[in-house]
Amino acid sequence: MRNTAEVIVIGGGIIGCAISYYLVKKGASVICLEGSDHIGNGGSSRNGGGVRQSGRDPRELPLVMYGIKHFWPTLSEELETDCEYHQDGNLRLGKTEKHKEILTGLTERAVKVGLDVRMIDGDEVRRINPYLSEEVTCASWCPTDGHANPLTTTLGYYKTARKLGVHFITGEQVVELKKVKGVLRKVVCASGNVYEGETVVLAAGYESRRIAGTVGIDIPMQTAMLEALVTEAQPHMFDQMLGTAEADFYGHQTKHGSFVFGGSSGLEGFTKDNGTPVCYAKTAPCICRGIIKYFPNLADAKIVRTWAGWMDKCADGVPVLGKVGEVPGLVLACGFTGHGFGIAPAAAHQLAELIITGRTDVDLHDLRYDRFHAKIE
Amino acid sequence: MNTVNDRSRELKPFVPSPDDDMLICRCEEITKGEIRKAVHEGMWTMTEIRRYLRTGMGLCQGQTCAKLVKAIVARELGVSPAQLEPATSRAPMRPIEMRVFANERKEGQEDA
Ligand SMILES: Cc1cc2nc3c(=O)[nH]c(=O)nc-3n(C[C@H](O)[C@H](O)[C@H](O)COP(=O)(O)OP(=O)(O)OC[C@H]3O[C@@H](n4cnc5c(N)ncnc54)[C@H](O)[C@@H]3O)c2cc1C
Repeated sequence: MRNTAEVIVIGGGIIGCAISYYLVKKGASVICLEGSDHIGNGGSSRNGGGVRQSGRDPRELPLVMYGIKHFWPTLSEELETDCEYHQDGNLRLGKTEKHKEILTGLTERAVKVGLDVRMIDGDEVRRINPYLSEEVTCASWCPTDGHANPLTTTLGYYKTARKLGVHFITGEQVVELKKVKGVLRKVVCASGNVYEGETVVLAAGYESRRIAGTVGIDIPMQTAMLEALVTEAQPHMFDQMLGTAEADFYGHQTKHGSFVFGGSSGLEGFTKDNGTPVCYAKTAPCICRGIIKYFPNLADAKIVRTWAGWMDKCADGVPVLGKVGEVPGLVLACGFTGHGFGIAPAAAHQLAELIITGRTDVDLHDLRYDRFHAKIE
Repeated sequence: MNTVNDRSRELKPFVPSPDDDMLICRCEEITKGEIRKAVHEGMWTMTEIRRYLRTGMGLCQGQTCAKLVKAIVARELGVSPAQLEPATSRAPMRPIEMRVFANERKEGQEDA
């Protein structure tokens, strides 16, 4: 088995697969190591499919806007896979004055960065989505947001990258990074296999923290569980992506007709840790109650599956992207904090660009590794 | 399990077969040919096949077709079906209306 390449990518989620794809497309040789038995078995196959700009931190907004402009609209064609991308807008819903305040704050922040998003009232909300209950009194509306299918998108990047010559190996769990003459060079796996590259991309979600630790790099992030559910197929109702001011649920109707909704119980972080993400008994019922209040019509829709996944929650809520001064050869791509799907094409494309040309189109300075400081300096 | 699996290993070439039109997953209407083709596109585990094609994601959640899909995938990969892990089963075991699922309190308990 070949064990050297120009770039070794650690993690076969959407970030690792997409970086591999953009690198091989630019002519680099790439080996991508995925620790589990399946490509995309982490957050990338468990997320709610939101391809959203609204509601995001201004530091990562330019990057996601770049992706929605340049990659998402043509991704299905490019990957020869139906990514089920819909660009029909995002409604972030509110019911109370407090909600309105939260949404107005988010909207003003995003407008400053140049995003087309505005506040609308309950009647306008129901003109866009007539199924919403009268309880909804306001929303932020971003017409260029949307959603896509995370399963086919992640596997689509994998499939196309593999076809172009990226060498994927699953069940290959990375345990250690090693420098040679001050430069990162070796990637050691639990199997005993060792891979070598000129650049090593760390895209292993939360596990990136432990792996980076082996070369003295510490990324301040935690893990947190997120949960989601899906209904049986329903007649077509609407195409927007939905969220709420308090983030009690979010979701959309898929091409298949089912509704995928994510949400929380408020007890996240305190549920039993079984080592694998197992649904917490109180969460799915709580999500259902949240949904029914906004969509009384969906009360009779049947839930067919529930699932859980981890997110890699960064100390300040945005990912860590780019090179690391202390460890030449290392490129970080982790800490996406529960919203790394929509931003994945842009983040991956720009990091591939950085690796090959040393430059990026979007300034990644705000997302660099050495941005973290203690509260009193 | 975590078994090292080199996804660039060469498979026998894809040869169209007369029964490729046969429906295997009836809930989601996926044919034998689509499953065989997905294997050649790199979907080598039951979990990946399911996520890529939706086999076993319909109303029966794979209770009818899982075995058939497994046999097809194994044959295409040139391994024994016993070597393939099944995809994860997920709660609820039977589809449940949201209004029922939402009401987790026992009978007689007060509304929250
Ligand atoms: C329930 C849920 C809902 C979400 N909803 C949304 C949404 O609507 N919109 C949005 O934009 N984002 C959403 N997200 C977040 C999104 O899924 C993630 O941010 C995104 O998938 C991150 O991709 P990734 O490739 O970095 O991580 P992952 O998909 O987790 O990939 C990391 C990979 O690294 C592998 N790995 C781990 N350790 C090792 C090791 N030692 N060696 C080798 N490989 C290793 C893992 O097995 C995994 O496959 C949601 C997440 C969850 C869980």
